[in-house]
Amino acid sequence: MLNQYIPVLFMIVAAAGTATGMIILTTLLGPKKEFSDKMEPFECGVSPVSDPASRFSLSFYVIAMLFIVFDIEAVFLFPWAVIYTKLGVFGLVEMMVFVLVLVVGLAYVWKKGALEWE
Amino acid sequence: MQLLIFYVFGFIAIFAAVSMIVVKQPVMSALFLIVNMLCLAGLYALLDAHLIAALQVIVYAGAIMVLVLFVIMLLNLREKKGLITRHKVAMQGIGVVIVAFVFVLIAASMDFVSFSQAGAVSAEFGTVAGVAKTLFTDFILPFEIASVLLLVAIIGAVILSKSRT
Repeated sequence: MLNQYIPVLFMIVAAAGTATGMIILTTLLGPKKEFSDKMEPFECGVSPVSDPASRFSLSFYVIAMLFIVFDIEAVFLFPWAVIYTKLGVFGLVEMMVFVLVLVVGLAYVWKKGALEWE
Repeated sequence: MQLLIFYVFGFIAIFAAVSMIVVKQPVMSALFLIVNMLCLAGLYALLDAHLIAALQVIVYAGAIMVLVLFVIMLLNLREKKGLITRHKVAMQGIGVVIVAFVFVLIAASMDFVSFSQAGAVSAEFGTVAGVAKTLFTDFILPFEIASVLLLVAIIGAVILSKSRT
């Protein structure tokens, strides 16, 4: 069973190798001309105008939280879809109950306006 | 070979967990937590729980860590003198005692004899189809209750964020 993970291992090695290779090669080969303006942090070529560690809007957090909840719903849908033909009508009813409960949640979120950006 | 892989993953997981607690920057802690979760995914794969291993990477190391990073940015933590820094040793002692208590409880509830006698699992064990078959037939009630749990999470998130308006 563990042999099936050999492609995953190759993938990890390739990804890690690419990342470290890029850093090592640019450090070795890239020209290094350091002056004060260049070493400052900048965003899209513009010098920073405020402290980067400022507070973020709560809306980001709500969206992320709701994303995770519906992400987990999708996680349950995936194994269900794999054996859907074997489960038949029973499986359909079962998943419809599950989805219906979460649709209630989605309707609640929508009605409360949590998806609106303030 | 399996034992070697287990020790590599286990060692990195413990190292990442300790580093997560020790490092000062919250974002570094979050990154070490990702390393820890990836190693746990590897351990799940060793246990033939293939679907759980994949979900560990997608849901925990992916989605939930995004939430953790958002919380770190949201709170914009700076080191402050508070209750915890004043009673640092006492607080850490309480934490260690609670964790030890939970660990003992978990260890006591485990049946080590049946673990050592466990034979080889079927080829379908832990695959998507295998998990799905068990989940949607034997564990149908917990599955439906999970939807209610998710509903509670949705409502909780909305109420916590919208309470002031």
